[in-house]
Amino acid sequence: MRTNRAVPYLFLLPAIAILLLGLGVPLYNSLVLSFYDWSFGQAWADKDYLGFQNFRRLLGDPTVWGAVRTTFVFGFWVVLLEMIIGVGLALLLEKPVKGASFFRTIFVLPLMIAPIVVGLIWRYLLDARNGVINYYLEAIGNAIPFLQNLGFERLPWLGDPTLAMVSIVVSDVWQWTPFIFMIVLAGLQGLPSSILEASHIDGANWFQMTWFVKLPMMRNILLIALLMRIIDVFRALEVIYIMTNGGPGSSTRVLSLLLFQTAFTSQDLGYAATIAVLLSVILIVLSILLMLYNNPLQDKAA
Amino acid sequence: MQKTVAEGLEKRTRRANDAVLSRDDFLRYVALIVLALVTLGPIFVMFATSLKLPVDIQARVPRWIFMPTLSNYGEVITTYRMIPYLISSLIIAVGSTFITLLTAGMAAFALARMRFPGRGLIAQTTLIIRMIPPAVIAVAVIGFWISWSISDLSPGVRFTLPEGLGRGDILDGSQIGLMLFYTALNLPFSIWLLFGFIQQIPVELEEAAIVDGANLLQVLFRVIFPLMGAGFAVSAIFTFRIAWNEFILALFLTSRYTKTLPVFASEFIRDDGVLWGQMMAVGSLIAIPPLIITFFAAKQIIAGMTAGAVKG
Repeated sequence: MRTNRAVPYLFLLPAIAILLLGLGVPLYNSLVLSFYDWSFGQAWADKDYLGFQNFRRLLGDPTVWGAVRTTFVFGFWVVLLEMIIGVGLALLLEKPVKGASFFRTIFVLPLMIAPIVVGLIWRYLLDARNGVINYYLEAIGNAIPFLQNLGFERLPWLGDPTLAMVSIVVSDVWQWTPFIFMIVLAGLQGLPSSILEASHIDGANWFQMTWFVKLPMMRNILLIALLMRIIDVFRALEVIYIMTNGGPGSSTRVLSLLLFQTAFTSQDLGYAATIAVLLSVILIVLSILLMLYNNPLQDKAA
Repeated sequence: MQKTVAEGLEKRTRRANDAVLSRDDFLRYVALIVLALVTLGPIFVMFATSLKLPVDIQARVPRWIFMPTLSNYGEVITTYRMIPYLISSLIIAVGSTFITLLTAGMAAFALARMRFPGRGLIAQTTLIIRMIPPAVIAVAVIGFWISWSISDLSPGVRFTLPEGLGRGDILDGSQIGLMLFYTALNLPFSIWLLFGFIQQIPVELEEAAIVDGANLLQVLFRVIFPLMGAGFAVSAIFTFRIAWNEFILALFLTSRYTKTLPVFASEFIRDDGVLWGQMMAVGSLIAIPPLIITFFAAKQIIAGMTAGAVKG
């Protein structure tokens, strides 16, 4: 198409202006702010320049490293469980059955509901006094006393450090396993049938087909799904904020929640910006990795 | 004779295969139903709780059969004055969806159909910043928000609700701000989603329009956009979902009068306990629009979610 040279930029202008104002300026502000000490109510001109002091504080701050560790523990369990359950279910339910679209609609629901609502629901289900889960645990334990040794009793789900971690993992697995399930299912159904038939004729059984044919062919899709979940682990905040607010103690305080609390509760904006820079760097690195595997803006013709 | 034996054998194996298959299918259905119950259970509990009186909520034994009541909904509307927040949420979600579709459509058109210096850089930058979480933006913005008291500025559009429904201006600076941030958060995804849709449209259509004397804006609005219904639908669903559901930025940036529903819902967690009934009522109201959308457009939603991984 022969056009004026400025035309492409004019079409891009509104989007770029919004991206600059809505993402670019805040990111730049975070970067600037991370070199200052600034709290709520202080005039912008009165902020104190600290140089790299915030970053030095960050590197030696056990709170930050504790939050990083918590993020890894949380991320390890949710990603492991969601990948195993999601991939497993997709393999078992790969064959289309009647009504599959109805079931798929149901599985999408948790992904569409507001994270804060997911948090509210699970906080209610796991409530120590009114919670449905505790009631049935106790009821089963009373009916079969032996099971009481296995934890079938009223449990302080959100009040005990380990159980609180279990709780946020459970809610995340509930919400996000369908995501893996659907991506893997779409991938499986897109596999070329000729190769599957060939290996079938060669006498491969279900396990061999799955392990040596399907999963290797799905490697890229699995990697992308994995990366997307890891990225979301670092972004996860709202469900945990509602369920435990990082507690008890700091047992469920993931990095993004620490960022939120440093800004909102401690009102230490300079240091919060430093944590924001750390989180942004992690997410940008992961996004670049994701882009290397899958660049949706590449020309299909090229 | 031999042939009939072979046929008989084949028939028998086929029948055996059928039997095996249907047993497998039976197990599949059992698995699917169990999964569906696990998925729906928590959502069902929310709706059920929102329809319960406090006496049913506080009952020691969970009550699955109870007299449903709308009293929680009535209370959040009258006592807690929810209507202004509902309208605020709607304005923000619909507004940012509309702006996102328009600007993302234009940008995707330029990226898909034109060659120009900086194209690769712009494309890659949008992909790299697409995962920046709202919390990062919130930290950088909140200070300025407060020191400039942007949320107290009103851009001139004022509209006050009748007394009794709750008072307050419906639109102020914080909504414009939230629309800006939600649009920025959604643009990268929408741009590349629409990029894929534009690429599927044959270029000949545009060339024909240009030969007929149309300029590029006319090509975009009269030729391309009308063919992108499906792309816009997916993009709109995902933008609406973020803008309607988002909590952290809204918590930071909304003023007393223009809270969004998620912020409103969180206020029922109090120091002296949680008002479960009222909170579940607001939670249900937040969940209803996305649930309805899902029932009508599950296929498109799945296409959008898997596009990132499967298509590429």
